[in-house]
Amino acid sequence: MKAAHEFARRHRLQWWEALPWLAGIAVFFVFPNYLAFSTQVVVTILFALSLDLVLGYAGIVTLGHAAFFGAGAYTVGILAQQFNWNEPLSGLAAAALVAGAIGLASGFVLLRTHGLTLLMLTLCTMALLEQAANMGAAWTGGFDGMPGLSFQKILGLFSFDVLYFRSQYLYSLALLLLAFALVRTLVYSSFGQSLTGIRENVRRMHAVGAPVRARLIVVYTVSAALAGLAGGLFAQTTGYVNLAVLGLERAAGVLIILILGGYGRLYGAIIGAIAYMVLEHLLAKAYPTTWQLGIGVTLVAVALYVPNGILGLAEHFWRKRSGKRPA
Amino acid sequence: MDFLSIVLGGCAAGMVLFIVSVGLSVTMGLMGFINLAHGGFAMLGGYVIVLAMKHWGLGFVAALALAFVAVAALSVVLERLLYARLYRAAELTQVLFTIGLAFVMTAAVTLVVGPETQVVPLPAWLRGQTDLGFLQYRTYSLVLIVVGVVLVIGLWLGFERTRFGARIRAAVDNRRMVSSLGVDVNRLFTVTFAVGSGLAALGGGLGAEILGLDPNYPLRYLVYFLIVVAVGGLGRVTGVFVAALLIGTLDFVLKIYFPKGGTIFIYALTLALLLWRPQGLFGRRGP
Amino acid sequence: MTLALETRGLCKSFGALEVARSIDFRLAPGARHALIGPNGAGKTTFVNLLTGLERPSGGQVLLGGEDVTRLAQARRVKRGIARTFQINQLFRGLSVLDNVCIAVAERLGVGGGLLKPAGRRADVIEDASRLIELLHLEADAGRRIAELPYGRQRLVEIAIALGLEPRVLLLDEPAAGIPSAESHILLDAIATLPREIAVLIIEHDMDLVFRFAQRITVLVAGAVFAEGTPAEIAKNADVRAVYLGTAAHG
Repeated sequence: MKAAHEFARRHRLQWWEALPWLAGIAVFFVFPNYLAFSTQVVVTILFALSLDLVLGYAGIVTLGHAAFFGAGAYTVGILAQQFNWNEPLSGLAAAALVAGAIGLASGFVLLRTHGLTLLMLTLCTMALLEQAANMGAAWTGGFDGMPGLSFQKILGLFSFDVLYFRSQYLYSLALLLLAFALVRTLVYSSFGQSLTGIRENVRRMHAVGAPVRARLIVVYTVSAALAGLAGGLFAQTTGYVNLAVLGLERAAGVLIILILGGYGRLYGAIIGAIAYMVLEHLLAKAYPTTWQLGIGVTLVAVALYVPNGILGLAEHFWRKRSGKRPA
Repeated sequence: MDFLSIVLGGCAAGMVLFIVSVGLSVTMGLMGFINLAHGGFAMLGGYVIVLAMKHWGLGFVAALALAFVAVAALSVVLERLLYARLYRAAELTQVLFTIGLAFVMTAAVTLVVGPETQVVPLPAWLRGQTDLGFLQYRTYSLVLIVVGVVLVIGLWLGFERTRFGARIRAAVDNRRMVSSLGVDVNRLFTVTFAVGSGLAALGGGLGAEILGLDPNYPLRYLVYFLIVVAVGGLGRVTGVFVAALLIGTLDFVLKIYFPKGGTIFIYALTLALLLWRPQGLFGRRGP
Repeated sequence: MTLALETRGLCKSFGALEVARSIDFRLAPGARHALIGPNGAGKTTFVNLLTGLERPSGGQVLLGGEDVTRLAQARRVKRGIARTFQINQLFRGLSVLDNVCIAVAERLGVGGGLLKPAGRRADVIEDASRLIELLHLEADAGRRIAELPYGRQRLVEIAIALGLEPRVLLLDEPAAGIPSAESHILLDAIATLPREIAVLIIEHDMDLVFRFAQRITVLVAGAVFAEGTPAEIAKNADVRAVYLGTAAHG
């Protein structure tokens, strides 16, 4: 059966999947003066990728994912500033661990609910963490945050390049590659397929004997750990952590980026982050209010006409071009 | 007596939350539509009042009436043209749309009026204190409380005693059933949306002293409005009232006694409440 | 002989409304049993109670002799009971093959596998393909559910239930929505169900019922009204009256 053949080959690497990474390396040589910005794009891609797991694949609508990003960022910051622990790789591991633990605990409790209640609870959890960070000023620097973080050499070899950000960029890119490989594996596994089942019809998943809640908690935890990784990377590459890492703006921002790129399609995070941040970089500084107006109008238009984002649009045209073909 | 005046202040804040949020609760309960731009209507109401009073010399009450009508009219246009197209869309799409709308409102206000905080010039009869016998208290806060109570009674009567109210309650409980009984659900929703947005406009203007009025209003207070709605239970007027009073008073009192960390208690309380009763204090368990 | 499925005094009420009144029901292994009754008799509620979608107000449900009354839906499925829904419950954005593979993967216990690509699970794909071919859905195997006509979607619903290889199979109005030109596919599939599976079918199509069933239970207003072989039920004047009565009232 033809469909079975295609199914069996779906996970195989396609040639074009190498393109984003080639482009990433190319950026290193072609835009040597923009590596600080490019590093932040990479960090955002990682964050958006983690969100895609829960949102795009499992269908959990959350406005509070910055809780895990912030948890990771603050872990790295506190370790560096309060405990003089600024070895980068272990710092990242700690960030992922702490964020993952918070994800496990909150997922266990919150994923009993759904819809508006779940949305509210994710918002409250994030706001709670934000307030806690504000209150614990002795550890977190409160409203002012922790500026001027510095870190040891990566792997003992590559020092953080404060002028050109060369090592930070390649460091982030390498981590993104590893994270992407993990997410891609999960997405194509049976686990990943069961997530799409939960997203498409949770009633049916119960009726085929799937342990729905357990699956959701697993993906939520993994996603939280990845978001924490992104947050930790953010702290290391910007050297500054403040309350904004836990804010609604960051959470809403990554949501917008993912939807613009196309959620549930693995590469939406990459496309969305690049498109959004490049445009923002070019336009927002000069005309911030007009930028906000433009983004607002774009979001409304996307919601009405292109809810599946750039990748969804591309898919639509690809399908039309190939015509309605049978299996 | 100090504590009493603090509690009264909290009640006034709670009333503002109620006036703004009641429209959101009813429309979310009615159409199942997550409207994150609701705060934008409150903000627009506030700005209409400020502009009308400053530039056209309208009196306070006249400006309030104008704000209600203008914002309600705008909401009808937006609802018919945009919102209605997304009633069957995915939750995520609705979230995206309303966030975008909130951005547009914020940016529009910044471009037209400017980014500064606006102050609503209160008329003389609202300023100063009133002697209640046992307490001298701000007239303005007392008026807010009275308005809130009148409103909840009026809304309750409207829901319980009129046919229109009965239809809304029925549709909140079971929209498909109501529609198959021949009720024009679309018209029901447009009218409810208009009234809800108009009330939000009133709340935005009346509450400007307490919540402030600047372009970032919609997103800054979004979480509070959503908390009040979720804790109260979708579509329950009494629920929103109780939740708004609870949250408003708690927040106000906590800000005075624990200025650093009071808000954390609100979030923790909401978490606990919604985990215990996901449908809110007064909500009905879903199908 | 252990019954494949049994209920003892099963009750369910929503407030004052009783939708299931002390139902005693027995399903032997390999049975071909039909559940009929006028609209609103509580047939689907009964199936919901059997599968665990609804909690009873009283009574017991026993699966293969084991009391499963307290078990949640997913756990009961693992114990060998599967159902189709009256209105299709499918993964609409996914392909037919995806739909059936998800069910088969759960049955084989690999639905939670994190690392191995789903495409490499030959056993899952093979089983799913076999079921798709059984129901003559090969031509649509790669198409998304949302693109298929309702009748074909109904067949996918059956394929999913079969993919779970249950010991007890509950079919809730399986023929509803299938155009008569294709109903033979469904009839063949039901006729060729393995002998060991106990099948309970809810149907209004009396042709199908009398062709398929060895025993029939008639449910009226939440209670068992009559039970017996098709011949007995056909001759039962009370049953005819109940049906004619409801027909007269519209």
